[in-house]
Amino acid sequence: MSEEFRPDILGIFCRWCSYSAADLAGVSRMKMPPTTKVVRVMCSSRADPVFALGALLIGADGVLVAGCAPGDCHYKTGNYQTRRRYALVEKIFDTLGLDNRRLKLVWIPASEGAKVKRVVTAMTESLQEAGPNPTRAEMFI
Amino acid sequence: MAKAALMEGSNADLAARDLLKSLLSSGKVRGVMTLVETGPAGEVNYELVADVAALENATPLYPLMPANAGGLLSRLTVLEGFEEPVAAFLRPCELRAFVELGKLHQVNAENILLISATCGGVYPLRASLNGGLADGLPAYWEAVANGEAAEGLRPTCSACEHFVPFGADLVLAAVGSGGAGRLAVVARTPRGDEALEGLEGAAGEAEVETAGVKSLREKRGAARAELFETEPLPAPGLEGLVAFFGRCVGCRSCRSVCPICCCEICYFDAAATEPTPRTFDVHLKRKEGTRVPPDTLLFHLGRLTHMSASCVGCGMCADACPVYVPVATLFAKVGAETQALFEYVPGKDPEEEVPLQRFEEEELAEVGEERFGS
Repeated sequence: MSEEFRPDILGIFCRWCSYSAADLAGVSRMKMPPTTKVVRVMCSSRADPVFALGALLIGADGVLVAGCAPGDCHYKTGNYQTRRRYALVEKIFDTLGLDNRRLKLVWIPASEGAKVKRVVTAMTESLQEAGPNPTRAEMFI
Repeated sequence: MAKAALMEGSNADLAARDLLKSLLSSGKVRGVMTLVETGPAGEVNYELVADVAALENATPLYPLMPANAGGLLSRLTVLEGFEEPVAAFLRPCELRAFVELGKLHQVNAENILLISATCGGVYPLRASLNGGLADGLPAYWEAVANGEAAEGLRPTCSACEHFVPFGADLVLAAVGSGGAGRLAVVARTPRGDEALEGLEGAAGEAEVETAGVKSLREKRGAARAELFETEPLPAPGLEGLVAFFGRCVGCRSCRSVCPICCCEICYFDAAATEPTPRTFDVHLKRKEGTRVPPDTLLFHLGRLTHMSASCVGCGMCADACPVYVPVATLFAKVGAETQALFEYVPGKDPEEEVPLQRFEEEELAEVGEERFGS
């Protein structure tokens, strides 16, 4: 199945770093799985975990939130806030037995197009292993 | 040992009432916020009382919580503080909610004398239907006086470890008082000292941490561990959550009674989240069907991400649930985990910001690292 299954990933990327990095990966013609649809935000801290949960609950297989590395936030502290929030969500997932592979936060600096490729590939592979999100088969959500 | 007034009274509730009466009649406060008996069959509600005679029906420690008084006091003071001194009698979790709301800028604590008590817990509101509580009250007070755990309390009360209030001006040592008829009101702040000055009741010294408090704390700890394992909490995974919230009617009462949920417009009430035909279109492109209205789980999970770090475990949400989803137990369990993550005790220290409003530069290093695969 893992060969056939192409996971559907929502990317929420910071406009200042990760989105530029994704752009760079594009113009550098790096090849990566076409699994991730990116929404651009002004800061990763705009990505309220509720947005990610909403996507997962209507059947996205994964959500990838990407922001500037700690210390490099365009607004100085936004990504520190993001880090706390996603640490909290990770803890909630652990407590409720939800699959933490489906929600990831990573830091991707603007110059690292290769990291976009690496991260998208790794997340795609880990979700292929995880299989389709069970929320797709669940009507009561 | 701290400065204390010793109140006569056959139980803590009567002692608490006497304390409020003497504070009001001595003119130290102009008003009192407390639970008041409003009906013949154990109906109680919070009232702000300015007349000593009206305090005859006050029952500050009646073991019911019709609303989290911390939230009520915030609503009273959010725009401006009291102009004259007012005493407010809050249970420890209500006080903690009040402190949390202060951190969220929902409180003006000026001129409030905060009175609390070591708390024996409250019963579910439905236990009081048709006067159902009256017969059990003497046994409840006996249990409180002896530091025993009363039966049939709200599940989160039976498992509450924070029944000794943090930081009130005055604390009534109800738990483990021994039932000798003399209950100590302990001053904890200069304002508390001042309030006790010249009040009825022999001036003396007493401690809040009685032997009964210690023994009750142990029992509560054991009950807590058991509750988080044995209550019908969701089984791990999506299926467990779906089953747990399967009865949810989407009334959102749990949120409306939650003292921590204080946003003027909740994300889940925003126009943008109102389902439209397009919402269903989006859902049905991915799934064979969807609940109408959708987003039951999103509401509860979203609330967990927004407020669990400040959850005081008062249990209002479960009591307000019309279909008996034990939502308070789930929130208390998840809250305990998220609070431990940030080493945070909600309502303990008014100076410490809530976890999602602050950060350290050096922390949580693994979050944001490339950690893929299982």
